[in-house]
Amino acid sequence: MATIAAVIASTHHPFYYRASTATGEDRPPFADEWVRKITAFRQTLTAARPDVLVMVGSDHFHQLWLDNMPQFLVGKAPFYDANWYNEEREFGLPKMLLKGQEDLSAHILRAGLDSGFDLAFSNELRIDHSVTCPIITLRPEADLPIVPIYTNIFAPPLPRPKRFVQLGQAIREIVESWPSHLRVAIVGTGHLSLELGGPRQFGPHGPDPEFDAKAVEWIATGDIERCLAEVTLDSLHSPGNATHGFMDFMLMMGVAGAGRKADHVDSLDLFHTMEAYFTWYPNGVPA
Amino acid sequence: MSRYLVDKFLYTVDRDPDLVERYRAEPRGTVLWWEAERANSVLNCHGGEASTWLRFTDDEREALATHDHVALFALGAHPFLTLTLFIAMFERDHGPLEYQKAFGARLAHFSMPYPDIAT
Repeated sequence: MATIAAVIASTHHPFYYRASTATGEDRPPFADEWVRKITAFRQTLTAARPDVLVMVGSDHFHQLWLDNMPQFLVGKAPFYDANWYNEEREFGLPKMLLKGQEDLSAHILRAGLDSGFDLAFSNELRIDHSVTCPIITLRPEADLPIVPIYTNIFAPPLPRPKRFVQLGQAIREIVESWPSHLRVAIVGTGHLSLELGGPRQFGPHGPDPEFDAKAVEWIATGDIERCLAEVTLDSLHSPGNATHGFMDFMLMMGVAGAGRKADHVDSLDLFHTMEAYFTWYPNGVPA
Repeated sequence: MSRYLVDKFLYTVDRDPDLVERYRAEPRGTVLWWEAERANSVLNCHGGEASTWLRFTDDEREALATHDHVALFALGAHPFLTLTLFIAMFERDHGPLEYQKAFGARLAHFSMPYPDIAT
């Protein structure tokens, strides 16, 4: 059976690539600290020696649209082209090509359907910055095959928070049941408090630092129970109109397991939103 | 039901560099052309499968034709779509983050709950 080498949850700030590569007057004052934190975070994945990455993210109206919107979708393709013209335009993200791991995609689809999740699939998925940002931060070589899993945190009606936790728990079991000798890291990205296109956007901090502090505590301690008690689809509007992306963090809490404390916890209070980084090692901290 | 079509306009324009420039330079003409020629295309189908009923309300058409992002917010246009497209068109005319902050400031009179964005 496959080994889960690491479970990783983070934000996916699309400005990191440009900030970390900028020089001279173009380099923002927070870039060096951001790079230091990302470098330490990257090491938590490198140390786990993964062979395959399961990547949980959310399409930002790039490929998936309101004519035919899946709630949860698994990519099943031999390769994935990545990043879109409008991400290159706004964030300076490069075009990328990532290998797929079709056997694991097929296994997740079959076992996920049998577990009661009506997963959509795509043989023609072009992925966006929710998947490529964690590649850029955690595995810039982009040399490992991936299985992308997209969730709908964007286009109402959304699945409820509990469903994200349940899917995370199922993904954990499904990956562990994959008949393979390979080491799999499950990496997912979401948001803390965030406002996009509304009056509270682009402030000096995330729109709700109090929510951010609570959220980091829930994730770091694996406190799924309290998180589910405080978070609903309705309540997630309050910390910012794009905060429903927090449900991808909740999915990753499901992958990591209830009560499971993260082995690596870090954050960075940037303008616009707070960055947060978490790593769990289900089979022990690498030597 | 036409909120969907507003979002589809924003989405369609945002992903096409030529349309971004066309909408910036000639908003009313682009909206009228798009509604007449593009709005009702369905999935990957040929023209014979076009929708026969989708159209903007007058308020929606005017908000799009005047680049009125405040009106679009009030009408329930998806705020991510409006923001990303308007950044593409107007950030170039401003200093770093200046446009994004002004965009938010013009919405300051809205409080929670914001207009419904469900389609």
